[in-house]
Amino acid sequence: MIAGSNLEKVINSGNFVVTGELGPPKSSDITQLKHHAEEMKNHVDAYNITDNQTAIVRTSSIACGATLVQMGLEPIIQITVRDRNRICIQGDVLGAHALGIKNILCLSGDHQSFGNEQGSKGVYDIDSMQLLKGLQEMRDENHFIGGDELEAPISYYLGAVANPFADPFEYRVDRLEKKINAGASFIQTQCIFDVDRFEKWMEMVRERGLHKKAAIMGGVTPIKSLGAARYMKNNVSGITIPDELIDRLKGAEKKKEEGLNICIETIQRLQEIEGVAGVHIMAIAWEEIVPEIVERSGLYPRPKV
Amino acid sequence: MIIAERKPLEEIAAMAAPYKKVCVLGCNTCVGVCMAGGEKEAAETASLLRIHRKKENQEGEVDVFSIERQCEFEFIDEVLERLKSYDLIVSLACGVGVQTMIEHVQSLRVVPGLNTTSMGYPTEQGVWSERCLGCGDCVLHLTMGVCPITRCAKALLNGPCGGSAEGLCEVGEDIPCAWQLIHDRLSSFSRLGDLNEIQPPKDWSTSHHGGPRTTVREDVRIDRGE
Repeated sequence: MIAGSNLEKVINSGNFVVTGELGPPKSSDITQLKHHAEEMKNHVDAYNITDNQTAIVRTSSIACGATLVQMGLEPIIQITVRDRNRICIQGDVLGAHALGIKNILCLSGDHQSFGNEQGSKGVYDIDSMQLLKGLQEMRDENHFIGGDELEAPISYYLGAVANPFADPFEYRVDRLEKKINAGASFIQTQCIFDVDRFEKWMEMVRERGLHKKAAIMGGVTPIKSLGAARYMKNNVSGITIPDELIDRLKGAEKKKEEGLNICIETIQRLQEIEGVAGVHIMAIAWEEIVPEIVERSGLYPRPKV
Repeated sequence: MIIAERKPLEEIAAMAAPYKKVCVLGCNTCVGVCMAGGEKEAAETASLLRIHRKKENQEGEVDVFSIERQCEFEFIDEVLERLKSYDLIVSLACGVGVQTMIEHVQSLRVVPGLNTTSMGYPTEQGVWSERCLGCGDCVLHLTMGVCPITRCAKALLNGPCGGSAEGLCEVGEDIPCAWQLIHDRLSSFSRLGDLNEIQPPKDWSTSHHGGPRTTVREDVRIDRGE
């Protein structure tokens, strides 16, 4: 056991793990976020809290995470390297730990040109790999990136993201391995719509035994409408949606119901793939559907560990 | 070389408006080669400025000439008296040239006629691409000659982010993914394994982040003492 978080315990128990995602609002009123957290609390093992997602200014991930801790729930705070240098990130990690946060997901972050402060200066002092390695060393070797020692030990469970749909495809497993070597204990992937490509990637993951070194969780997103699918296909960085899927939605009478079916089918397929340890459900702007997804995927009740 | 482009004429005209005797001063080296501030562009800018000022019924004159480099005292000194005769100099040099002139001759009033954009080269006629940010600690030996600090929008040192698609950067369709280029070159030299090594955080103190930089070469300095 590294940090003793619920996420870590469920992963270690061998159960198929389920995480949800909460996107902080563009205001300091987090009533809705708390409401969504309550709504799915019996259906997920932990919640990702995004960090100024798509480079849009929002309530901070750590502030929302601390609120969840107060509610007795378990956050996974996301940290991107876009907005903070190594001084600020390490300071924030100390603060997050002081507030009872036990899971951290490290990522690069969408470029600032996507967001609502397009003239901002991107930081990128360190990259996501260096962030992982830096936080791993902070925890395991008790020193900061600069070498100075921590005055007291710290512990957290570290995760990273992987995008099997980005290019160059043949490099994506190398990158996963590198992230695991840098300290990632769990991996959440980009939204899976092209399950065939994901299976191909998992095959390469298994060949190297990487699924035994870190818990690989497949990312899914229920699509609410044809417009949402088209928007994601064309505008969201790092997401691929096959034309067949668009056609299936187009042909369906009830788009919302079909989008839900696709998501549940994907989760069921993920459960059949050797080496997939869980699912990460990103139902942004459709959070209330998460309990139904989890139940219909046969993943309810969640284990008490 | 240093790449620049001319500021919009309206902006230049507004800066020059309060002054009677104006000189557009070209710079014939880098910005001459990238066709932003050389002799030809200076003459063109001066005549556009004259037409603009005439339309606005502004008094005064707009003169024009060029020197070899505005970033070296020797070239400035050759035309020093002439420069001092103007109320305003619109410099068509890069930002370095503008600053060299005012530091060398405190009494000069100099405004920039160009926006300095980058260090790069012409990838085709009329297209200049950035290749170096001057970070002070070159990593090109690690990346097969492709600079990730300059050419990756996130300055990543450990491979492509999740936004790399079909060889392009997530930031824009006209930007190649630097890490795809590095990956392809490593692959062609059978050195893909190099990517598995975790590159440590970069020491940015050699870059501008360490504060404004001065390079001192004692071996070539002229002893100005006794």
